[in-house]
Amino acid sequence: MRSLERVEARAKVTGAARYAVEYPVENAANVVAVAATVARGEIESVGAEEVLALPGVLAVLSCENAPKLQSVDDAELEVFQSRRVAYRGQLVAAVVAESLETARAAAARLRIGYRAEDHHVLLEDASDDSDDSDFSVDIEQGDPETAFAGAAVSVDATYTTPAEHNNPMEPHATLAAWDGDELTVHDSNQGSTTVRDALAQIFDLDPARVHVVSPHVGGGFGSKGTPRPTVVLAAMAARAVGRPVKLAFTRQQMFPMTGYRTPTIQRVRLGADADGTLTTIVHEVTQQASTIRDFDEGATKPMRIMYRAPHRRAAHRLVRLDVPSPSWMRAPGECPGMWALESAMDELAVTTGIDPVELRVRNEPETSPEDGSPWSSRNLVACLREGAERFGWADRDPMPCARREGRTLVGTGVASATYPVNREPNEATARAEPDGRFTIRIAAADIGTGARTALTVIAAEALKAEPDRVTVEIGDSDLPRASLAGGSTGTMSWGTAVHRACEALLAELDVPVPPEGVEVTVGTEDELKAEEKYARHAFGAHFVEVSVDIDTGEIRVPRMLGVFAAGRIVNPVTARSQLLGGMIMGLGMALMEESTTDREFGGFLNHDLAQYHVPVCADVRGLEAVWLDEEDRHLNPMGAKGIGEIGIVGAAAAVANAVHHATGVRVRDLPITPSRLLPSL
Amino acid sequence: MRPFAYARAQSADEAVSLHDGDTHYLGGGTNLVDLMRLGVERPAKLIDVTRLPYDRIEENGGGLFIGAAVCNSDLAADRTVRDRYPVLAEAVLAGASGQIRNKATVGGNLLQRTRCSYFQDVTKPCNKRDPGSGCPAREGEHHNLAILGHSPHCVATHPSDMAVALTALDASVRVLGSAGERGVPLSDLYRLPGDDPSRDTTLELGDLITGIQTPPLGMASRYRKVRERASFAFALVSVAVALDIADGTVRDCRVALGGVAHRPWRARRAEELLRGAPATEASYLRAAQAELEAARPLRDNGFKVPLATNLIVRTLSELTASEQGDES
Repeated sequence: MRSLERVEARAKVTGAARYAVEYPVENAANVVAVAATVARGEIESVGAEEVLALPGVLAVLSCENAPKLQSVDDAELEVFQSRRVAYRGQLVAAVVAESLETARAAAARLRIGYRAEDHHVLLEDASDDSDDSDFSVDIEQGDPETAFAGAAVSVDATYTTPAEHNNPMEPHATLAAWDGDELTVHDSNQGSTTVRDALAQIFDLDPARVHVVSPHVGGGFGSKGTPRPTVVLAAMAARAVGRPVKLAFTRQQMFPMTGYRTPTIQRVRLGADADGTLTTIVHEVTQQASTIRDFDEGATKPMRIMYRAPHRRAAHRLVRLDVPSPSWMRAPGECPGMWALESAMDELAVTTGIDPVELRVRNEPETSPEDGSPWSSRNLVACLREGAERFGWADRDPMPCARREGRTLVGTGVASATYPVNREPNEATARAEPDGRFTIRIAAADIGTGARTALTVIAAEALKAEPDRVTVEIGDSDLPRASLAGGSTGTMSWGTAVHRACEALLAELDVPVPPEGVEVTVGTEDELKAEEKYARHAFGAHFVEVSVDIDTGEIRVPRMLGVFAAGRIVNPVTARSQLLGGMIMGLGMALMEESTTDREFGGFLNHDLAQYHVPVCADVRGLEAVWLDEEDRHLNPMGAKGIGEIGIVGAAAAVANAVHHATGVRVRDLPITPSRLLPSL
Repeated sequence: MRPFAYARAQSADEAVSLHDGDTHYLGGGTNLVDLMRLGVERPAKLIDVTRLPYDRIEENGGGLFIGAAVCNSDLAADRTVRDRYPVLAEAVLAGASGQIRNKATVGGNLLQRTRCSYFQDVTKPCNKRDPGSGCPAREGEHHNLAILGHSPHCVATHPSDMAVALTALDASVRVLGSAGERGVPLSDLYRLPGDDPSRDTTLELGDLITGIQTPPLGMASRYRKVRERASFAFALVSVAVALDIADGTVRDCRVALGGVAHRPWRARRAEELLRGAPATEASYLRAAQAELEAARPLRDNGFKVPLATNLIVRTLSELTASEQGDES
């Protein structure tokens, strides 16, 4: 298969690629945000006068002077519209100054008076005093309670995940400038069309007069999937001072202000016959929300389609606390949900004495357990088999603690992966020039994934042209409207529009291209509506080897193998990077990522990358991602499924299962650290 | 960040004379500048001491004098250090990242501040940063804080790896103050928090560390650090050990722990029990347990007690095995 190197690679490594606040603009002022220092309460006063007296300070913005904004369906964007404080770290004021240094110094001096109220911030406290009636049912089939009670073999265990933060390398940042009623923002986001529409609504503008420019984005992982208060504040501040402004959140501010994964408390009950055939799956999830914005993580989503079982129930409850607002992070739902489900499957394998690969194969459903739809394609079993072969699984002694090398215990684990195929309607323009060059235009976002490159491949194939004759323009809301980079939908959704536009263009190229060129614009809404009913999901399998130091509880991961079946892989070189990246994030989730809530003061205690640990190079040793050739005619013209998130799904469970195999200790609370593991060794 | 003045000292005497109280000496700045950005440190003046003539490692009297401006990378790479004091080279390499070690100086490494979350957040109380404001860590987040020598006022740990090795080596620092130059053993340099955690060390205001003096060691030595990820993290617990064995008996030894107290923790009780004892795992366990009897773990850091115990036993045992391997 042909593989195209990242088309903007040279621009990125030479620094020519510009990120939001790097654009040169004359006369720009600087904005620094101010965060609430109480966990719940009301703002009584804002000491703007003292700060305004400082040389170089241009404005102080807060609930005392902010212009009225139009409401959108996201309270996080209602910047300075209320005196209420919903959580520690909430955006409550901002200082605009000539220089960044002055703005920072002034922001540090701004005195805000609060009337603080008692707060509740810990999910484990709150979940103790709520009951089953707080759950809303996601799915209920058969009679799970009776079936579970009568099952020959059962697992009933509770798994937890902590709050986790996305931490993209580029912070949430905006450069905003007004020209009369025309607003232009250079902004770091996962979808310029979405940000444009939100800004138009919030500032009551014609969308055609709002321009969101985001050609390069330094990561998002979901945290830039919804418009963030940065972009609203920057636009507000630029209007207030009548000048362009730059605003970038600090790393510390990103922790409370830009979303995170809710902590989860997940009870999983599996009932099975003695031969491991599942009869019952019950998955109940407790998660938190802020008091101003509901967000359902959706952790029971994978349970609905993974395994056959006649009796099943999935339910979740949201506990509203005085905490920052959770949002999308790295495979929301699937990622924590599969940690719990695939840990429980491993426990069932141990209980029944059935090999964990075989147990999964044995419970493979013919059609989707959710609604009986046929699979468009499902190759979980093939992934498990291929992975087992490559990993040398057949030689594994199933007994825990069977491999000891000096003071080290070694074990291996497996877990399944899945991610749904979601497609969004999009529009794309394809243009031919007389010199044989093509330009593709769509407001897609490349957040470091390789989207621009994958779209170049898709266009070149559809046009039957060499990729170097194709230029793809993305990351600008003036381009044809596009869906977000999120939910692993980008390549499929934008790609369908690009493919269709190229097809339509090619049909017009049977005559020479006139001097003014030929251009067609195509939308995919009708195509998506006409889609046949299939259950469309990507699948995969993770195989992991861990070594555990008996004396210290340190866990290292010498080998990780991921095998995926995700339709046709559009561009192998960037796809491999995405899958490896997802697996490394899974390693981080398993062993180190944890945001600690401050019970006494609210908010998070760790707020930088020295305190919030992600894997470093030394943690990543043998790492391999491969995929099966999977032909699926029920997807899209490329035959592709999304690959942005499946790499992380199930990875943490595979690590935890390997830790159990190595040590005999089942850790059900992530991350698995020496402090959690050592006392049981 | 508070505006500050910057001066580059041409000599150590000039540096000391420029110090007017509301001043910090600037080495690599890898911790100080971070703390200034956070508003934790707010000096009116920085005196850059990186150009002073203390950038060399010199042999003297069988030991080494390590200039305070030597960068961490150079110290770890020094041939003499690696040969005679592997514990020191290993400790330095266990700290931070390559980039930070290239920038950080030896003097600054000794004087870095605790990474306790509350200390680093100026919107919360902390007796070390704001005396009398309280210590929320005692009842709050402390899973990586002290188990030994803490007080009701502070449960912080000292973050340096290098200082743990130097403590085991019986090193001392050369200090230039208003009254001239003096030597301060590391065991006297660092304090326990007591009722004044704002002071990490016994240094007087304006004192400048010009270098480190290490006496001869004459023992095999090793540093071992435990952390959640494989690199670029502070220790949960670390240990620096040195061991001299003759005829199956411990003739001399040094044991110091990191990540357990407000200062590098010299395990003198363990050392006393080890000297003259059989060089066996049983002796090592008895000594480690005796040392850790003084531990007073907090709600969430009890795991450090078995961890420190295991680490002492393991590291001494490994060193014993490699020494006996060398002999045979």
